[in-house]
Amino acid sequence: MTSAGRAAKTRERCLMANEHWTWQTDQKIVSEAGAARGIQEELLRKMRAARWNRHECFAVRLAMEEAIVNAITHGNRYDTAKQVRIRCWLGPELVRIEVRDEGPGFDPADVPDPTDPERLQCPCGRGMMLMRHFMTRVEYDESGSTVVLEKRRAAGRAK
Amino acid sequence: MSEYRHIEVNEVGDVTVVRFRDRKLIEDIRIQELGHELFSLVDAENRDKLLLNFSQVEFLSSSALGKLITLDKKMKTAGGAIKLSNIRPEIFEVFTITRLDRLFDIRDDEADALAAF
Repeated sequence: MTSAGRAAKTRERCLMANEHWTWQTDQKIVSEAGAARGIQEELLRKMRAARWNRHECFAVRLAMEEAIVNAITHGNRYDTAKQVRIRCWLGPELVRIEVRDEGPGFDPADVPDPTDPERLQCPCGRGMMLMRHFMTRVEYDESGSTVVLEKRRAAGRAK
Repeated sequence: MSEYRHIEVNEVGDVTVVRFRDRKLIEDIRIQELGHELFSLVDAENRDKLLLNFSQVEFLSSSALGKLITLDKKMKTAGGAIKLSNIRPEIFEVFTITRLDRLFDIRDDEADALAAF
């Protein structure tokens, strides 16, 4: 790992230590469409119970779905011998999801812009853009095989 | 007329109005089946005016967008037209962010969409 990578890890641990998590889970799923449905539904149930608003729940459901589908299809390429590790943390103000596949990784910078008029009719390639739009933070590790998604709760919500 | 598992199909004049039975259009076996059902309206039944009413749909992911784009391509090749209506705000946001609101003719409600054919 490079020094920048180590610094990022240290920063991550400090940030994590400062958060107060009310619920978390760490599970591995097989590389099959729909295999993570239970984890996704459980996180959404916890968020609704904690009165996260409809848009925030939609955003987290969408970003998590896109990240998991990418991990299964592009990362593990539906190889059922490979797993996807999904970790979720839920706190009063922040939800954090980490999705790690066992594929070779990729460089997010190589993913073309799906809104390019030339690519607008291409049926694939919109997941990363949607994650970035709907979440507060989207970060890939150096290899590209782990993505961290965070959604911070909007200020001034109804209690 | 065929029986569909994932869509309800009705005729309003010469327009085929499609409603989705699933509230969530996500990547699993159902999205593939949904795609086949939608494509068959164009490929097998030669329908050339489709209105997709999203009033039942609470959630969709990029996999569903892919199916809609493929459907749109098929319809354009066949010389027909597709319109979308009754899209809730979060889902409309998905269309605007991906600029698919420029590819699809999206109307507020079914009456607006029917009048636009």
